[in-house]
Amino acid sequence: MNEITVFIMGKGYRVPAGLTIMKAMEYAGYLLNRGCGCRGGYCGACATVYRLPGDYKLYADLACQTPVQDGMYIAQLPFTPAERPAYALENLTPDGATLLALFPELARCVACNTCTKACPQKLEVMDAVQSSLRGDIRQVAEFTFDCVSCGLCTMRCPAEISHHHVWQLSRRLNGAYLTPRAEHVKTRVEEIAAGKFKGELDKLVTMTKDELVAAYKARQIEA
Amino acid sequence: MPTNPSRLAYFPGCAMKDQARPDELGTLQALALLGYEVEEIPRWNCCGTVYSLAQDDLMRHVGPVRNLVRVQGMGEKRVLTLCAMCYGTLTRSARFVEEPERLERINAFMDTEDDFRGGIEVVHLLTLLRDEVGYEKLASQVKRSLDGLKVATYYGCVLLRPREFAVDDPERPEVMERVVEALGGTPTVFPERMECCGAYLTVGRSDVVEDRAGRILRSARGNGADLVVTTCPLCQFNLDKRRPAGAPSLPVLYLGQILAWAMGVDEPAVAALLTDEPATGKPVPSGV
Ligand code: SF4
Ligand code: SF4
Ligand code: SF4
Ligand code: SF4
Ligand code: FES
Repeated sequence: MNEITVFIMGKGYRVPAGLTIMKAMEYAGYLLNRGCGCRGGYCGACATVYRLPGDYKLYADLACQTPVQDGMYIAQLPFTPAERPAYALENLTPDGATLLALFPELARCVACNTCTKACPQKLEVMDAVQSSLRGDIRQVAEFTFDCVSCGLCTMRCPAEISHHHVWQLSRRLNGAYLTPRAEHVKTRVEEIAAGKFKGELDKLVTMTKDELVAAYKARQIEA
Repeated sequence: MPTNPSRLAYFPGCAMKDQARPDELGTLQALALLGYEVEEIPRWNCCGTVYSLAQDDLMRHVGPVRNLVRVQGMGEKRVLTLCAMCYGTLTRSARFVEEPERLERINAFMDTEDDFRGGIEVVHLLTLLRDEVGYEKLASQVKRSLDGLKVATYYGCVLLRPREFAVDDPERPEVMERVVEALGGTPTVFPERMECCGAYLTVGRSDVVEDRAGRILRSARGNGADLVVTTCPLCQFNLDKRRPAGAPSLPVLYLGQILAWAMGVDEPAVAALLTDEPATGKPVPSGV
């Protein structure tokens, strides 16, 4: 077996090459109660920072998505402290003033781009902060659609912005106020409420099993 | 590399894209009529609005310099701002990194960008109109004269201070007055035209800004102005939206708006102030 050495929280372990950081930690004997969720790169629970020997850079990534490398120094960040102020969406307007009132620290951004470099989803995080500052909520929502709320940008930001909470609010504002309503859905819901399909449904519910099977077989399907 | 002189890299700044959008729209149309191909710089970031005066605070210059890197990436040598604050911040950073050691450290930090090589000039709407367009050409492009409308020219502070990058003589500026004249207006020079409006105190101490705004508006009115123009969306906001009760109600516009109107652009903010006298076609101030 091709083994490599990794340092987990400062202690060295021999682990098989090709494992993800998460599996390597488990191989080394860690039981992950926190900092582990979907194991598929979606939940953002497994934020991890690491360095490689001879390289000054501090890397950030998701433990469940990142293969180990020889000599890696690994530390997991099971939780990112970040305050999310309470708000009621129906009382808000979708503009920059709303974002700044709830997250005034946005204005401290110095455009250092550290957040972007930290993002495991390769989002344009700084550009999203900049769009927040100019009140372009739709753009923020689009930039951050794939955010997994891992908090890595938030941990690295010298301006101490709680990015993922700003993103969540922006996507909510975008959905609630800036996205066109699906009028056909509203019409259909009204039709259902008015009983348009009641007859058909009642007929189905009162059918015998044989009648149901016959109806199923006779249904129209794509050729 | 010779660059197209009519192509103009443009840094809007946050205000122009948010509460000051109406200022931007007409101004850009007017610039197009003056023959400029205005191109917004890609992926710009906030200029930082207030610059640090510390000699070693490199971090505060990263944002402005990153914008200058984008201008460089467009192959341009100059960048236009419409806002006095952006002008000040970008200019200060452009000068700050003229010292090679600072530039080197900022470039080393911004390892995801091309190195900034310097040599980008920051121009403001006023310096563009004066130094490139020229008052004469400007006057020749006027389609609708302001026809003697009395326009108080408000500079505020950052256009003229610090002295090293003032857009004009910091004691006796005239560029805004000359522009107003070229558009057919009568500039109203008033003592408070270079007083600070209170700037960002508008966030936490709006009482101070209200006091300043009241003084500035009374002075403009007292000197006979029909309206006030600024070249800074923040000054405009402060003078207009922080206007204290009882202060004169004269309108506060962005200079580009009267420029646009005079050049025949549909400019609702100006049109709302002026009622065309059917007999003469002259603009006269209404309800001020
Ligand atoms: S934007 Fe921030 S919180 Fe969202 S995925 Fe990227 S690093 Fe994680
Ligand atoms: S890390 Fe923070 S300060 Fe730096 S660009 Fe991102 S949001 Fe701005
Ligand atoms: S760059 Fe690093 S070492 Fe320098 S002041 Fe900032 S945190 Fe401190
Ligand atoms: S008057 Fe106030 S807001 Fe306007 S440029 Fe000066 S400091 Fe800035
Ligand atoms: S465990 Fe969910 S993203 Fe890694």
